[in-house]
Amino acid sequence: MKLHKPSLLALAFAAGLAGQAFADINVGVVVSATGPAASLGIPEKNTIALMPTSIGGEKVNYIVLDDASDTTTAVKDTRKLLTEDKVDVIVGSTITPNSLAMIDVVAEAETPMISMAASARIVDTSNPKVKWVFKTPQNDIQMSTAIVEHMTSAGIKTVAFIGFADAYGEGWFQEFSKIAEARKLQIVANERYNRNDTSVTGQVLKIIAAKPDAVLIAGSGTPAALPQKTLKEKGYKGAFYQTHGVANKDFLRVCGKDCEGTLLPAGPVLVAAQLPDSNPIKKVALDYVTKYEAAHGKGSASTFGAHAWDAGILLQHAVPVALKKAKPGTKEFKAALRDALEGLKNVTVSHGIVNMSPTDHLGFDQRARVMVKIENGDWKLIQ
Amino acid sequence: MDLQIALLLGQDGIVTGAIYALLALALVLVFAVTRVIFIPQGEFVAYGALTLAGIQSGQTPGTIWLLLALGIAVTAVDAPASLRAGRGRLLRLVASQLVYPIVIIALLLGGSPRNWPLLLQVLLALAVVVPLGPQLYRLVYQPIAEATVLVLLIASVALHLTLVGLGLLFFGAEGSRTPAFSEASFDLGALTVSGQSLWVIAASLFLIVALYFFFEKSLYGKALRATAVNRAGARLMGISTTLAGRLTFLLAAAIGALSGILIAPITTVYYDTGFLIGLKGFVGAIIGGLASYPVAAAGAVLVGLLESFSSFWASAFKEVIVFTLIIPVLLWRSLTTRHVEEEE
Repeated sequence: MKLHKPSLLALAFAAGLAGQAFADINVGVVVSATGPAASLGIPEKNTIALMPTSIGGEKVNYIVLDDASDTTTAVKDTRKLLTEDKVDVIVGSTITPNSLAMIDVVAEAETPMISMAASARIVDTSNPKVKWVFKTPQNDIQMSTAIVEHMTSAGIKTVAFIGFADAYGEGWFQEFSKIAEARKLQIVANERYNRNDTSVTGQVLKIIAAKPDAVLIAGSGTPAALPQKTLKEKGYKGAFYQTHGVANKDFLRVCGKDCEGTLLPAGPVLVAAQLPDSNPIKKVALDYVTKYEAAHGKGSASTFGAHAWDAGILLQHAVPVALKKAKPGTKEFKAALRDALEGLKNVTVSHGIVNMSPTDHLGFDQRARVMVKIENGDWKLIQ
Repeated sequence: MDLQIALLLGQDGIVTGAIYALLALALVLVFAVTRVIFIPQGEFVAYGALTLAGIQSGQTPGTIWLLLALGIAVTAVDAPASLRAGRGRLLRLVASQLVYPIVIIALLLGGSPRNWPLLLQVLLALAVVVPLGPQLYRLVYQPIAEATVLVLLIASVALHLTLVGLGLLFFGAEGSRTPAFSEASFDLGALTVSGQSLWVIAASLFLIVALYFFFEKSLYGKALRATAVNRAGARLMGISTTLAGRLTFLLAAAIGALSGILIAPITTVYYDTGFLIGLKGFVGAIIGGLASYPVAAAGAVLVGLLESFSSFWASAFKEVIVFTLIIPVLLWRSLTTRHVEEEE
């Protein structure tokens, strides 16, 4: 066996050389295109296909893997992208648990990662590993603040909460209850349901018995329609708030007239056409919506796909900076790309304006959210 | 909790329980006749509901292509044997597996079923989804019909995963609802009963009674019962176990698809909704020991009620409570019944 060692080394060396000969930039993408998060992952996957195939004169290859909304698969996919495809940067994953699990892997491989999931924990920079991690969606806390602000200014005193019995609902309740308490908003009921439940009558009866001024429903996509439809059916007359998780056309289709007047916070891309022309986000957001709808039909663009698009925009700004320092495929390039991402200032994306810093790997401010009302079966900007 | 809330919860529990009861009956039936633990039962619920939703929204439901693809596969597998058995058999095979799907596809694409009355749309959806049952039996279970329960279970899991994946491909990740069969609602004192929930209960009761008469009075039903009691004995009496299997899967698919069509106006149905509904029907079936129809139906209604009341008291633990029910039931069953070695 010993005899083989030098030849193996030579082989590895040759392989290394061959790898260097390609100066292409390899972007590894992990999305949840199947499983429970598929309604978010599919538009993200579709968006990747619309991204530019060259940045700064270098060819870009996108290698897309599906993690089936499963944490273990997400980690496996990430390792595969890092070791087999030798990617320079990872974009993904769609959901929080998967993104959190991937942090360890990318930090170990010293490769930058841009997550498309919501939780603020993903970019909690007190964790040294998060040095390598960035993300594009707004934090839950930004959205919760918007809802609580709107509620207090509308004179709402009591509110009932019903959310998914998973990380999404739990995360929302934690953020929302914290801010609500600070603003003297009383939470009179706290209920959970499952994405796939066929009935929420029990929860709804309890909410109605608590007589809240408003109900906040923390669900994503079409499953968030069920509590609202049941509440209406049982005669609840108060105000409805939803989260930005419902911001797609399918939700409007399923919820129908029961969702008229519902309020929700969302990224500006949802109402891109209604933004004032002075808003710099409008141009970028409309550009995305036009490109997506040209490929997938009118009304098909969603805010979720826009998170992937924004990851692309960040790369288009950071890659040219990193290219000046090192060649793609090298360890130095990955480090330079990370530094470039952290140094991004005043980059307009479809969801807001990004100003990164060593302590803020999201970089959004108030401009990254708007309040939206459902009127005549469509989204209407109200502030 | 006052009486009114209890009544509302009870009503809700009975309506969902009625659907679970139908699925529990189908599961018991399939297990008794073919020894298959039919995990994909729930997929027929989703396929039925979403095919109808697709027809109503003017989209082409992907299930029709599955119907055609499976038809081609069945023809390919069965053609040699049919050829030997004579021209009549071959003609029948081609008519049922190739001509039939093409006629259905032509109806869907050319007949603009979007504007049809609801009853015809329901029948068309059933015509698309129900034949998938016997087709899948022919392709997946018939070649391994004599295998152990465990092997059949593994095949079921594989089939379930395949059908869920295809469901995502056909219908997308977002759910759909269909308009109610009846918009009527009745006031019974403090209770408001919606027309749709009466439809669900009436249809369930009707199906249960119809199944009873099928098994008690018709020759095919008796053949199925005989196969369930003793496969070898039934075969000696000239009952084809293959035919029994296909017939069973036809019934199971029909019950599943109909359940889906019944609940689609009450709740949003997703491509993977069926699994959880099927699983709860399964809990009911387990209560009946996968053998007794009335106990399984009663168990399923109990599951529906338990689910409804636990969603009021402790919504975060609803599923935990429902599925924990299975543990005392299994304990009780394993203590009271003697273990019988599997025959054959």
